[in-house]
Amino acid sequence: MSEIKNLELALQHGKISRREFLARTSALGLAVTVPSIVSGTAHAATPKKGGKFVAGIGHGSTTDSLDPGTYENDFMNGSAYLRLNHLTEIDNKNELIGNLAESWEATPDAKTWTFKLRQGVEFHNGKTLDANDVVATMNHHRGEDSGSAAKPIVDPIEDIKADGNNVVVTLTGGNADFPYLMSDYHLAILAAKDDGVDWQSGVGTGPYAMQSYEPGVRMTAKRNPNYHMEGRAHFDEVEMIVIADVAARTNALSTGEIHMMDRCDIKTLHLLERNKSVKVEETSGNGHYSIPMRTNLEPFTDNNIRLALKYALDREAMLQTILRGHGYIGNDHPIGKANRYRATDAELPQKSYDPDKSKFYLKQAGLSELSVDLSAADAAFGGAVDAAVLFKEHAAKAGITINVVREPNDGYWANVWNTDNRGWAMCYWGGRPTEDWMFSTAYAEGAEWNDSSWKHPEFNKLLVAARAELDDAKRRGMYVEMQRLVSDEGGVMVPLFNNYLFATSDKVAHDEQMAGNWANDGHKWAERWWFA
Amino acid sequence: MVAQRLGLGLLTLFAVSLIIFLGVEALPGNAAEAILGQSATPETVAALERQMGLDLPPHERYFKWLGGMLQGDFGVSIANGREISELIGVRFANTLFLALMAALISVPLALVLGILAALYRNSIYDRSVNIVTLSSISFPEFFVAYILILIFAVTAGWFPSLANVGPETTLWERVYRCVLPAATLTLVVVAHMMRMTRAAIINLLASPYIEMANLKGMSRSRIIVHHALPNAWAPVVNVIVINLAYLIVGVVIVEVVFVYPGLGQLIVDSVRTRDIPVVQACSIIFAATYVLLNLTADILSIVTNPRLLHPR
Repeated sequence: MSEIKNLELALQHGKISRREFLARTSALGLAVTVPSIVSGTAHAATPKKGGKFVAGIGHGSTTDSLDPGTYENDFMNGSAYLRLNHLTEIDNKNELIGNLAESWEATPDAKTWTFKLRQGVEFHNGKTLDANDVVATMNHHRGEDSGSAAKPIVDPIEDIKADGNNVVVTLTGGNADFPYLMSDYHLAILAAKDDGVDWQSGVGTGPYAMQSYEPGVRMTAKRNPNYHMEGRAHFDEVEMIVIADVAARTNALSTGEIHMMDRCDIKTLHLLERNKSVKVEETSGNGHYSIPMRTNLEPFTDNNIRLALKYALDREAMLQTILRGHGYIGNDHPIGKANRYRATDAELPQKSYDPDKSKFYLKQAGLSELSVDLSAADAAFGGAVDAAVLFKEHAAKAGITINVVREPNDGYWANVWNTDNRGWAMCYWGGRPTEDWMFSTAYAEGAEWNDSSWKHPEFNKLLVAARAELDDAKRRGMYVEMQRLVSDEGGVMVPLFNNYLFATSDKVAHDEQMAGNWANDGHKWAERWWFA
Repeated sequence: MVAQRLGLGLLTLFAVSLIIFLGVEALPGNAAEAILGQSATPETVAALERQMGLDLPPHERYFKWLGGMLQGDFGVSIANGREISELIGVRFANTLFLALMAALISVPLALVLGILAALYRNSIYDRSVNIVTLSSISFPEFFVAYILILIFAVTAGWFPSLANVGPETTLWERVYRCVLPAATLTLVVVAHMMRMTRAAIINLLASPYIEMANLKGMSRSRIIVHHALPNAWAPVVNVIVINLAYLIVGVVIVEVVFVYPGLGQLIVDSVRTRDIPVVQACSIIFAATYVLLNLTADILSIVTNPRLLHPR
C-alpha cells in the first residue's frame, strides 16, 4: 500500500492532479478514495447557507413520472440530482468522484467491480442505505420487462450482489468506465421495497427532501439536514417551476421571481446580457447536432460520397447562424470538450468548408453531381430546418443538390430518424461523459442507436479493446484513432457542439468552474450553488 | 325540454369522445414512443406498451375506457399512472378560478361599455371604445399578454409575471397573481360582448314602443336601461355565455405565457405524449362545459323572453 500513500502525498502537494491520481490508482487495480484533504480547497468563495432558491425550467410535463427509468427531460433530470444520489458523480471539474460509493476497485480484466458504500447514509425517511438498495435499484432497470431508458447501460451486468457493505458487479465483458456509467441520472439509488424499489414516494438520499410535486407544474424541497456530502446543499429550500415558454422564463428572471432559468433564447441573449441583475452563464459540453447518413443505403454506401458531403458544409457559418457563436464546431465525431480523450487539432486536423475537395471526392465516386434528400424537423433540435436549408446553400457550390424534406415533429424519433425509411436526417445527441459510452451507444455495430448503420470491423475491435484497457496512455491512443476512423470513414456528420446557456440572478454564487456533462452545472445547481 | 337537451348533450359527449379517440389514434406515434423519445428501442417500446396496456386493440381500449367512464371512473393516466380525477381536479379548479375572475371583470365592464356606447351612439366616446376593444381583440393573446407583462411586471413591477399558484396559495395572493392573466383575457373577450350589447340595443331603438317612450319625453338613459335592455337580453346572454365557455376552454396560450397550472396546459401535454385517457377526460370536460353553458344560455334567454318558448 506504500504506492498509494506516495500518490496521496503527491496529490496533497499538487504534484499530480486528482484525475491522474484516480487514473493511476485504478491502473493499479486499487481501491480509489480521493483523500478528503483536496476537496474544500477549490472554493473561490466560502459558500453561505440559507435562502429559498427558485428555478425556472423549460422542460417538464404533466405526464412525467417519478420513476427514474422514464426520465427524459431536464426537469426530471434536475429533480433526480435534487432529491437522489448515485454511486458516483461527475464533479464541477468534469471529474469522477464517489458519492454513495466511497471507493471502488476492479479486477485487472475490469470485469468485476466492487463498490464500497459510504457508511451511515440515511434516506429522507430515516431508512439507512445498504447494499440491497443498490442491487434493487439496478435490478429495477434490468431484465426482460424493463421499459427503462437505462436498460442498455445495465444490460452488460451479468450478476450483481450485495456483499456486506459492498456491492459486487460482474460484467459480461471488461469495462474500465463502469464507475462512470454509475453516475447516469437514471441510475439514482432508491430504497428497496418488497420486490422492487420505492420510486413512488420520491424519497432518496439526496441534498434536498421532496416536499411536494405536481407533474408539469412544480416541485418543492427542503434541505436534507443529514446530507452525507460535505460543503454542499446551501439553500434552505428549493422550488423548481416548469416554465415552458422561453419569454415567460426570461420575464420571470428579469422581475426577480426566479433565480435561475435554463435554455436561454439565443436570439435575444444580447438583450438579456444588458440586464445588470442577471448573469448569463455558458458551459461547453458534449451535446452535439449530428446529421447521420445511413451507410447501408444508396448513395451513402460509398465513403467518397460521405466525404464529399462532409467537406460541403461551412461549419463556421452554421455556428454563427444557427447558434450565434454559442458553441464550437465539430469534426464529424461525437467526442466533446467535456470528454477525457478528445483528439486535439494536431492529432486530428479539423475538417473545413472546401467545395473543391468535395468535388474531388464526388469525382472519386464517379459522379459529377449529386442530388440527395435531407430530412429535417425542429423536433431534432431547434433550428434544424434552418440548418438544413443553410447546408443546401453551402453544398450547391460543390455541385451537390440537397432537397430539404420537412418532416412532422410528432413521431420524428420513431419514424424518421434511425430508420431505413430515410437515408439522411437531422439529429441531436446530448453527448456522454465517456468515449466508450458514446461510441457503444451510437457507433458500434449492432447498437440500437447506431443511426448511421455503420459497420467498421477495425473500429469495433478497438472499441472492445479500449473498453477493458486500464492504462490511460494506451487508452488515449485508441480513442484518438477511433475518432479518426469515425471522422474520416464514418457515416455521421457532426457540424456543431452547442454550449449550455443558462442565466442566474446576480445574487447567486458558485465555484469558478462548472460541470459540462449536462446543462446547469451538470444539473447539480441545487447542491453546488449558494446565495452570495 | 331541459331533459331532452340533456339527453342530446350526452349523445354529443359520446360523439366527441369517439372523435377524439380516433383522432389521437390516427396521430403518428403512441404514448410509449413519446415517453421514450430518442431513447426508444423496439424492445423498450414493447415492454412499455405492455405495462401501459397499449398492446390491446384500439376498440377494446376504447370500450374499456367508456365502461369505466359510465361508472364515473376516469381511469389512470397511462403516462405516469396517476388517477385522472386527481390530476384534473386541481387543474380544473384553477381554470374555473381564472375564468371566474376574468368573467367578473369583463362581463360588467362589457355591459356598461356597450350600454354607454348605445346611449352615446356615434359620439367620440363610442368610436374610441370601439377602436380600443376591437384592436385588443385583433391582437393575438400572447402579444397582449407580453405587452401587459412589459408594462406592469417588468417596467412598473406592480404585478408578478408568473401566475404561479399552488394549493397553499391564499385567496388574496391568488387574486393578486392572476391580475395580469385575467386582464389579458378581459381584453380579449370584452369587445365581442360589448359590440353585441350595443348592437342589440340599437336594433331595438328603432322599434315603435321605444319611439312611444321617446314621445312621452322619457330620458334616453331611462329608455335604454328600462325599456330596451330587458328585450335585448336574449342575444346578449348568448354571447356572454359563449365567451364564458371560451374563458374556460380557450385559455391555453394565456396559461402558457403566465405559467398558470390550468387544464389547457394539461391537454396540450397529454396530446403530445398521446396520453389518450387524459385527453379524453379533458375533452369530455370541455365538451360538457359547452353543452351546459349553451343550455344555460337558452334557459336564460327564455326566462328573459318567454316568447321564445313558442317559435312562430
